[in-house]
Amino acid sequence: MDIFLQQLINGLVLGSVYALVALGYTMVYGILELINFAHGEITMIGAMVALAVIGALTLAAPGAPGVLLLGAGLAVAIPVCVALGLVIERVAYRPLRHAPRLAPLITAIGVSIVLQNVAMMIWGKQYIPFPGILPQGRHEILGATVSDVQVAILVLAVIIMLMLILVVQKTRLGRAMRATAQSRQVASLMGVDVNRVIAATFAIGSALAAVAGVMVSAYYGLAHYYMGFLLGLKAFSAAVLGGIGNLGGAMLGGLLLGLIESFGAGYIGDLTGGFLGSNYQDVFAFFVLIAVLVFRPSGLLGARGAERA
Amino acid sequence: MSALLTVSGVSKTFGGLQALSDVSLQVNAGEIFGLIGPNGAGKTTLFNALTGLYTVDRGEIRLEGVRLDGRKPHEVLKAGLARTFQNIRLFAEMTALENVLVGRHARTRSGVLGAVLRLPATRSEEADSRARAHALLERVGIAQHAQRLAKNLPYGDQRRLEIARALASEPTLLALDEPAAGMNKAERSALRDLLLQLQADGLTLLLIEHDVKLVMGLCSRLAVLDYGVKIAEGTPDVVSRDPKVVAAYLGDEAL
Repeated sequence: MDIFLQQLINGLVLGSVYALVALGYTMVYGILELINFAHGEITMIGAMVALAVIGALTLAAPGAPGVLLLGAGLAVAIPVCVALGLVIERVAYRPLRHAPRLAPLITAIGVSIVLQNVAMMIWGKQYIPFPGILPQGRHEILGATVSDVQVAILVLAVIIMLMLILVVQKTRLGRAMRATAQSRQVASLMGVDVNRVIAATFAIGSALAAVAGVMVSAYYGLAHYYMGFLLGLKAFSAAVLGGIGNLGGAMLGGLLLGLIESFGAGYIGDLTGGFLGSNYQDVFAFFVLIAVLVFRPSGLLGARGAERA
Repeated sequence: MSALLTVSGVSKTFGGLQALSDVSLQVNAGEIFGLIGPNGAGKTTLFNALTGLYTVDRGEIRLEGVRLDGRKPHEVLKAGLARTFQNIRLFAEMTALENVLVGRHARTRSGVLGAVLRLPATRSEEADSRARAHALLERVGIAQHAQRLAKNLPYGDQRRLEIARALASEPTLLALDEPAAGMNKAERSALRDLLLQLQADGLTLLLIEHDVKLVMGLCSRLAVLDYGVKIAEGTPDVVSRDPKVVAAYLGDEAL
């Protein structure tokens, strides 16, 4: 088996999920200069809701095709997460729009803790397995193994990201988002209802998070009330790596972070003579975060690039 | 002559500073109305109050009889009052065309879903917006810059782009905050022609300007602000001979 190619594939798949979550952080930051720390929890809620729906449907209609069940799970999880994102923005952030910047940041952390605990009360503390409804096919490519789930994640993530770029670059809402990101005041004076644009930004970010949450739980085969915390922190690191506020940066940062993690995990054993193992995978994201903050605080593509939205 | 914009008894304080006190004026449909006064007299404050950026402490603002005070900026724009800025405030990282398209936001309605599904209504609205935006760039004379980022345009063209962006919202009243600031003689004369042309097309203009010659030549009537108080209103001829104006605005040199 070719380890290099294998880690490349794993890294791209993981990275595309990080990218989807990182986009949610970066879009909100671009417009509000707020780090929405509750965003990671939205991915968790997305996974939990989808799993609950899939579980219920499996009982109600045994033998239904897996892809259909997954589609039903997504069809419920996405609107739930969008609604949740909108409520959080309305209740927790909008009243603090003109407050000092630390206030909404602390509020975001508070919302994140609330969501974790609510999820724990609803779904308990145990790991929830992802039911074996998905195709388990595996393909050999040049000595590396790719699963159907990996292919589906990568393809879906790329399609979603292309659609997002089109929306931001080519549509009326996208233009309003970019205008609002550059100046909220001037955008409103030019007829943009800024509150609606901000709400739309949260809605889009939350929809991406819902999809990413389902992807992660399908990839690792489980969900947990605490899963959003680490995923959120990594995606945040990815957004900072690419240049927070920059859409292209979030995609690049997510993919790079996935690759760094995957190659790190694959080679760290060899590099340290077996002293550190692949269980140190999670450390790499935060090494990257620290290194970026020290050497290039504005990120690879800079904070105020043309694609800021 | 019918009143398009009526400002009655508007006051605004910031902390202890009385920025506007009991300002009343009336802009008639189809005229070019000048707002002049020394630096810090409250001209831009009045603009900000008109456009919903500041809430007024007292008084009323009406456009075609419709109350504007207390409305949000995007609602004021939709009601028909658009503006430009003293210090250029374009969306620097967007192209000239996109800047104008943002100006059309209030007059368009299509959502994301229509764009993603490529619905005919959305596509025809977008095509219509683009055609109008191109026409506006043409009209202010910067069509050749349509695809350039706003920040890369020459200074005078950035001012023109601001006007095009404001016009995109199809206003009945266009408020211009020192449109000639920093322009050279040729640019000023081109601006003058453009403003007269807009007036000929039926637009009403409210103009803050320091260039006395430009104001006197363009405006049918003027109001003069000093320390937040309106000290005179009338034709350029009358205003320029008003002793209070001479003392406050033109200073001793004019005597």
